[in-house]
Amino acid sequence: MTDEVTPEVAPDVAPDVAPRVETFAAGIVGVKLGTVARQIAPDEPPPLPPNDQLSVIGQPVPRVDGRAKVTGAMRFTVDVAMPGMLHARILRSPLPHARVRRVDSSAAARLPWVRAVIVVARPDDPAHAVLRYVGAPVAAVAAVSPGAAEEALRLIHVDYAPQPFIADMDAARAPGAPSVHDAISLPAGHPSGWPAPQDLPVAGNVRGPAISGRGDIATGFAQAEVIVEGEYRTEVQTHCCLEPHAIVADWRADGLTVHMSTQFTAGVRAELAEAFNLPLSRVRVVVGGMGGGFGSKSSLGTYGYLAVALSRAAGLPVRLVLDREEEQTDAGNRPATWQTVRIGARRDGTLTALSVVSYGTAGVAVGAGIGNFAEQTYVCPNFRAMQHDVFINAGPGCAMRGPGNTPGAFALEQAIDDLAERLALDPIALRDRIDASPVRREERRIGAARIGWGQRHAPGADPGPVKRGIGMAQSLWMANVHLNAACAVRIVRDGSVTVMSGIQDIGTGTRTVLAQTVAEVFGLRAEDIVVRIGDTDFPAGPPSYGSRATASITPPARTAAWHVLRQLCSEAARMLNVGADDLIAREGRLIVRDDPARGLALAEVAARLRTEGIGAVAARSDDYGGFRRRMGDAALAQQDLGGVQFAAVAVDTETGIVRVERVVAVQDCGRPINPLLLESQVQGGVLMGLSYALFENRILDQATGRMVNPNLEQYKLAGAADSPEIDVVILENYQGQSATDAYGIAEPANIATAPAIANAVYNAIGVRPRSLPMTPAAILHLLGKSPAGSRVS
Amino acid sequence: MAQSRNADGNGVPPVGGPGAVSLALTVNDITRTVRAEPRLTLAEALRGPLGLTGTKIACDRGACSACTVWLDGVPVCSCMILAIEVGQRRVTTIEGLAEGERLHPVQAAFVAHDAVQCGFCTPGMVMSCAALLAHTKQPSADAVTAAISGHLCRCGTYPHVIAATVAAGAETKGDGP
Repeated sequence: MTDEVTPEVAPDVAPDVAPRVETFAAGIVGVKLGTVARQIAPDEPPPLPPNDQLSVIGQPVPRVDGRAKVTGAMRFTVDVAMPGMLHARILRSPLPHARVRRVDSSAAARLPWVRAVIVVARPDDPAHAVLRYVGAPVAAVAAVSPGAAEEALRLIHVDYAPQPFIADMDAARAPGAPSVHDAISLPAGHPSGWPAPQDLPVAGNVRGPAISGRGDIATGFAQAEVIVEGEYRTEVQTHCCLEPHAIVADWRADGLTVHMSTQFTAGVRAELAEAFNLPLSRVRVVVGGMGGGFGSKSSLGTYGYLAVALSRAAGLPVRLVLDREEEQTDAGNRPATWQTVRIGARRDGTLTALSVVSYGTAGVAVGAGIGNFAEQTYVCPNFRAMQHDVFINAGPGCAMRGPGNTPGAFALEQAIDDLAERLALDPIALRDRIDASPVRREERRIGAARIGWGQRHAPGADPGPVKRGIGMAQSLWMANVHLNAACAVRIVRDGSVTVMSGIQDIGTGTRTVLAQTVAEVFGLRAEDIVVRIGDTDFPAGPPSYGSRATASITPPARTAAWHVLRQLCSEAARMLNVGADDLIAREGRLIVRDDPARGLALAEVAARLRTEGIGAVAARSDDYGGFRRRMGDAALAQQDLGGVQFAAVAVDTETGIVRVERVVAVQDCGRPINPLLLESQVQGGVLMGLSYALFENRILDQATGRMVNPNLEQYKLAGAADSPEIDVVILENYQGQSATDAYGIAEPANIATAPAIANAVYNAIGVRPRSLPMTPAAILHLLGKSPAGSRVS
Repeated sequence: MAQSRNADGNGVPPVGGPGAVSLALTVNDITRTVRAEPRLTLAEALRGPLGLTGTKIACDRGACSACTVWLDGVPVCSCMILAIEVGQRRVTTIEGLAEGERLHPVQAAFVAHDAVQCGFCTPGMVMSCAALLAHTKQPSADAVTAAISGHLCRCGTYPHVIAATVAAGAETKGDGP
């Protein structure tokens, strides 16, 4: 761009050089909607008005890929087939801890239908000679059919030297417990995922504590007039994506193409380029339909690496799809935790001290911490968390929908209710005192009215055997933004519009919100926009994890579309002999603002283009007003995301069965782009939280280290009959922070559910369920009706 | 290994395999002959040799119902039946539900009510809900819940699936059960 203003160019498309100040809507619709002035960069679009002034954004637009999904036309990674494609299977450790003395794959390699064999657990490789969990990869085979690959695995002879193992977190902490790791294998990292202090102490199988805090915890407890303390336990939850982890790798001389069911095409590309020493430009990662991730499909993984290595070795495309047992044992999980929460408060409820000591296990991995929920949800000057990872011989955990904060909220939200009871305060009144967020306050108010909080009775007050109760809990999550995120928008001579990005739609509705965002700019309908995503050949796509996809990709989509529109307006202004600034886009036309009868169809203007089409690429700019924190490509917006959920339950005290009858979920995500899809996603978060609360438990056999329920039968998931009435309310909460002011919701929708149910169960039966899952046996035990403990594993 | 023998006159079906055998399958009103090993499940045969990948395999063990198709109009888990067992029965898959461009009412309602998130369990859900509507006009929410009680959806679409199917049933002008 140049500083010269040429006479032909209308003033509003003159080169912009200086930042400008714009006024944005700010506040909660229905509570207090004001304005905020922001200085923004010259190439940012004008402020987007609140949803009630828009025609596509904020509307319950049907999912743009809905038709493809209901007809079976949507092509997922498992549906990708290529000429000559081989099928891979992985040989996995039958033992929880063993040193591999010898692997003989020669018989398998000699089979005519086997095209490549790779041994992972090589006796001569200290980093890979020891297997540390049942299901750890030993070798992989590519053959002409899945059955042929399976048969070949049986011909691989492995000589295992069994080692002592430990498959229980409590036992693993005891002195003298068998060591899971050695100096080489010991993983780095922080229990809650933040950059790790390198010098965390390691004692036996316990790594930590990672200490975070503020103020002085001892002083805080000394100031307390009331102290409550409780221990809470959560079990391992597995992701159970309906589409298994899947990859089709096609290694060719001129580059590598990988189709993968992934939450982060760009991240997988970077991992592949590094692992196989290829230029980024020679690696392409593609995903079409994507059958769920929930955190477990964030990276390449060993299986992904093996598929590519097999393709390279065989010179043919290789398809590798994990079976359900592999999904349950070696595809990640939400770690188990054991937390001691101690809260000190004054009699008016003011918190003086909050301490959490946590031990968690992510199997052989780290990351079993409690997130930032206790640290940031409530006002408390003196805080300390001491988080520990405990290693056991079990498959590695990984991020899962609201990692850390989900088990963290299960404990803290019950402890806060405990405190309210000790102080004889209503749980909502206590939170009104200790929660500084005006958004959560409004969410509590709305939710309380909808659930009928006023009718809530004293704990255990129902006279009959089926006792009902109401409880609530809060969620808190970071407003994540990924800055390495970009979109291209293009219009061609027939007036049709395409938006392109490497971002993937994992079921959240990314295609639809992109279509809405771009359609709003052009005055089109969402279904008019062609959305092409899930391909690293397009501009950089952000990951779909951490509730950051919408926040990261809709602002550059709008910005790119706006730049294209400005070029079109410039062309149309000449045709209509008006100023470009006088034109607005509406219903597929560019019309004169003060004379709507005058105008041109987009196609009429596009037909005049010098080239077949014009386009623009925009990258995610910084939030207006800056970020709270920034680490590389990742940034934290100024505000939090969260919600308040209320649950109404019925507990049958004779059978121990807990039924959740109703949930009210009041959530915020900045600007809601699609209330219909948001409702879906919040219902999904609630149901995953309900399933976590009542059913899910990875059960390890202590004698063999095997998961005894590695399927979808004995590993219980909530089904339709378990689904309560779910009332979803989405706040419109504007801050004027980006071109769309939209943020995420996936994780905040999940975090509050289990503690809300637990608080409701307490209200029903007068005994606090401090352990998950709340199975009938666990409830009967709480009621003193069963000798069996609540913990199975 | 069983030897092949013919079944002339005694009603015992011929034994084939373990190599590929010829199978005639009538899928979505078209009969096609494929070569398949007898161990191939119907789900695998549909997705592989028949190229109908709309049917999904998620648990491969009859626990999640993602692979639901119709056999003579009755929903079944296609992962739990061998292709060789299907015989003369008519198979209907998700690809055969719409009439040309016109969606089945359940499909249209799924889109309108957003009974779809990632979409992987969706074909199976649609097949069960459409089968319900074929037999029960204007089903209640409880009837829909029962019809999909074997289906697992990790995204949590159940409330919208139920709402969509009830709405689709309400729009059909049926006589009622």
